[in-house]
Amino acid sequence: MNATSDIAVVVDGVHKVFGGGGADDVTALAGIDLAVAPGEFVSLIGPSGCGKSTLLRLIGDLLEPTAGTVTVFAKPAHQARLDQDYGMVFQHPGLFDWRSVAANIELPLELHDWSKADRSARSAAMLELVRLEEFGGHYPRQLSGGMQQRVSIARALSFEPRLLLMDEPFGALDEMTREHMQGELLRIWRETETTVVFVTHSIPEATFLSNRVVVLSPRPGRISSVVEVDLGDRTDDTREDPEFFRVATEVREALRAVEAGE
Amino acid sequence: MANKRMLRTAVTMAVAVVVLVALWEGYKWVGDQTGGTWPGTTVDLPVTSNDITMPHVGDIAGELFDDIRAGRQTMPMTLYLAKKAAVTFLEATIGFTLGVVVGMGLAVLMLRWRFAERGLLPWINVSQTVPLIALAPIVVTWARLQGYPDMFGIALISTYLTFFPVAVSGLRGLQSPDVDHVELMRSYAAPWWATLVKLRLPAARAYLFPAFKLAATLSVVGAIVGEISIGTKTGLGRAILDFAQRYAVWPERLYASVIAAAALGLFVFGLVNGAEWLVMRRSRQVAG
Repeated sequence: MNATSDIAVVVDGVHKVFGGGGADDVTALAGIDLAVAPGEFVSLIGPSGCGKSTLLRLIGDLLEPTAGTVTVFAKPAHQARLDQDYGMVFQHPGLFDWRSVAANIELPLELHDWSKADRSARSAAMLELVRLEEFGGHYPRQLSGGMQQRVSIARALSFEPRLLLMDEPFGALDEMTREHMQGELLRIWRETETTVVFVTHSIPEATFLSNRVVVLSPRPGRISSVVEVDLGDRTDDTREDPEFFRVATEVREALRAVEAGE
Repeated sequence: MANKRMLRTAVTMAVAVVVLVALWEGYKWVGDQTGGTWPGTTVDLPVTSNDITMPHVGDIAGELFDDIRAGRQTMPMTLYLAKKAAVTFLEATIGFTLGVVVGMGLAVLMLRWRFAERGLLPWINVSQTVPLIALAPIVVTWARLQGYPDMFGIALISTYLTFFPVAVSGLRGLQSPDVDHVELMRSYAAPWWATLVKLRLPAARAYLFPAFKLAATLSVVGAIVGEISIGTKTGLGRAILDFAQRYAVWPERLYASVIAAAALGLFVFGLVNGAEWLVMRRSRQVAG
């Protein structure tokens, strides 16, 4: 094994400019270097317009960098997308209304030509993972926002990608549901040993979930600091732990420094 | 509840018919009383209310069940019109089917290639400004020269009307999915056609069915206009043409044929409605 294959994601000297080269061009990201280890949970946090979603989309090859390279599991991001190395969860669950919950989870499997039996076995297992066993036959509109987002996570994990890319997945949920979903996500993360890159603008969320919080500054987006987090096995009590507050404060101050530096 | 809604629709339609009949007969009655002027004035009514321009509803209904001589046979008017309508229905069905195929084909083409949208969409819009009456003889002459039966030429004229709503609404429907959904399919490295089949087409259904309903009624209009403009020997268009020539002596018959045309339009509309109900059943269950 060479050195980079031990690393899940390598972002190397990435610049991203939107626009056709005219005066209206917007530099979304400048000089981004970032490495994510396998099994790591990394959050990207920053004020709006800092390019955190753009960075996530670059890793997922939904956008192409203007300069620099993105490597996912030792492959170019483009190849990693073709190989289906990652699953994606957006802020909106983005379920297809006309498909049942189970059929929604099976959508990527269908696209990868899984047999019907394998598909239903997997969607059943996934429903169990996100604790929605009884809801396979329901339709998305019959589910609450939090339940829909859990289906969306099940869909992203259905083909066992090694990397999970999440773009403010709990942003539209109320606070209690949100905390519950964070606990669920951590449980799933531990059970599946997936690598997670997670975009958020919530300080407690980033602190509670991550091994590492990457703080971005806006216009152009740069990594301004990285906060290491070691909260051990997190439970709901962790949210009231002094260490949790200490790290959250550290993230908050890093963000304040970013805002002040504007 | 589907049944309750269907019942409500049926009742509403029945009430509308009763109101229409009452207005028609009321207008005639007023005209008879005043000698053709607005009550209490000397201003003429916009339409003369005599029995030639406006036959009694009862007479029109009676005409439907009177016998008519068709060639050597004699049969009730309803049967006569039903036979004619069956021919028109067949032409309209072919026209509708072709229209859906052509319309969807164009929509997919315009979805796939931006330049196709830029190049085609204006012409698709312009196409509907060409008067059908002018176009019909050209199409039919062409079809005859190719050795196709007149029915096919008529179906083509019907297609000319039906493809339009399908193409325009189809394109809008295919373009309707959210960016999130499109990005999701991209994240799965889904090929273009898979995105079309699994995402864009299902999402387009809500746009397509209203277009299909419009196209279905237009297909009947197109078939009748086609029949009239090429002077076929059969079909509702023929009946309308024949009865129109003898309108001055037998107006009830033209009204009867107009009712038959309306009934056929309603029938095809109902067919598409039924198809929509079948296809959209699941999503409706959810919404209800």
